[in-house]
Amino acid sequence: MSTISDHVAEMCEEANIYLGEDVFGLLKEALETEESPTGKEVLKQLIENVEIARDEQIPICQDTGFAVFFVEWGQEVHLTGGSLEEAINAGVKRGYDEGYLRKSIVTDPLYDRKNTGDNTPAVIYTDLVPGDKVKISFAPKGGGSENMSAVKMLKPSDGEAGFIDFVVNHVKAAGPNPCPPIVVGVGIGGTFDKVAVQAKKALFRHVGKSHPDSRFAKLEKTIKDKINDLGVGPQGFGGRTFALAVHIEDYPSHIASMAAAVNINCHACRHLERII
Amino acid sequence: MEPKKIQAPLTDEDVMNLKSGDNVLINGVIYTARDAAHKKLVELMDKGESLPIDLKGQFIFYVGPTPAKPGQAIGSAGPTTSGRMDAYTPQMLEQGMKACIGKGLRSQVVKDALKKHKGIYLAAVGGAGALLSKKIKKCEVVAYPELGAEAIHRLEVEDFPATVVNDAYGNDLYTEGAKEYAR
Repeated sequence: MSTISDHVAEMCEEANIYLGEDVFGLLKEALETEESPTGKEVLKQLIENVEIARDEQIPICQDTGFAVFFVEWGQEVHLTGGSLEEAINAGVKRGYDEGYLRKSIVTDPLYDRKNTGDNTPAVIYTDLVPGDKVKISFAPKGGGSENMSAVKMLKPSDGEAGFIDFVVNHVKAAGPNPCPPIVVGVGIGGTFDKVAVQAKKALFRHVGKSHPDSRFAKLEKTIKDKINDLGVGPQGFGGRTFALAVHIEDYPSHIASMAAAVNINCHACRHLERII
Repeated sequence: MEPKKIQAPLTDEDVMNLKSGDNVLINGVIYTARDAAHKKLVELMDKGESLPIDLKGQFIFYVGPTPAKPGQAIGSAGPTTSGRMDAYTPQMLEQGMKACIGKGLRSQVVKDALKKHKGIYLAAVGGAGALLSKKIKKCEVVAYPELGAEAIHRLEVEDFPATVVNDAYGNDLYTEGAKEYAR
């Protein structure tokens, strides 16, 4: 259990201070292609921000997020000393304390809303997989972009066009709120709950990597272009870079359904993976 | 376009000289408040009681910073989503607030109140918390310490970068800016 906690504590600090090369690379590319002078200025500030965070060990963003984990647990691995949930939460508590990260979680959503003081509990999804390894994926998920998310149960007859409209219109309505340039996680298929998890999982992908199925890869590009053609641009000040990437995660669907979900991440698309 | 240097607090004249789309560098003293502090301030206003800070001419920055490490003035300190403060903003303007800094869309009620009371809404770059923290030279809690990151802080800022989104003439950069680059 302490091995898991140690890794989790390190991951909490690391993810919040060092932006992955995937997103950082796309920000630098966007600075080259952005047409709006204000948009360029924003991108310059974002790049400088990432460098200051790295060099001076300051969190990239003050919203150090809800701690979200996807764990792939090899069936041959036996955890001793406590539950996986306890191990992860102990790691989060330590990482957020020692890393001077903001504690943003309150006890209940409606009545007391008292800060838990240690950023726990985390949100944890666990899959049992064959093998003797444990893969932990972590993302601190900011509230501002999380608030700009949605699930819609589309009809199969809505087709590709209806799906594109749902995603693009939703992102358009979110506008400057989720801190563009954004990464758009999209789920399609499955049930009401499954599609939301797929949209979240899409944000854990190496940013800019296409879906392995060429049809979905093409759809990702189509949606991204339509989003950028809205002209919203960096921070919503106007420009050509509204979305850095669109990632779709699909799942088989019921004959009567076509569930769709959008989960937005800001430009600080922080995510890390470790295999133990 | 070179950013305009502005000095906090602001006069009506300062506000009328600023237009939607202007990039500014703010110098002087500004105050922080987000959801919980706004709620408390507005409750005092409703009761007709005096406020812990005088809002006349002031900037309010919507932020909940990360804890400062030893030797730092403040931790990461970027703007939070302004829309959550919409319900409180007209009353803040009535009490003399001249400018608020956050990120994201404002309601029509807020835009109208900015015109009426001669105020401006600026956006700082959301998610640039590390960069913005370097522009904050001094930070102290002046009210509601029990709110932690949500307490009201007094900040001394130097060349703090922001962009005017909603000016006192009713212009909105979020609407105008997108039109120019939409295809």
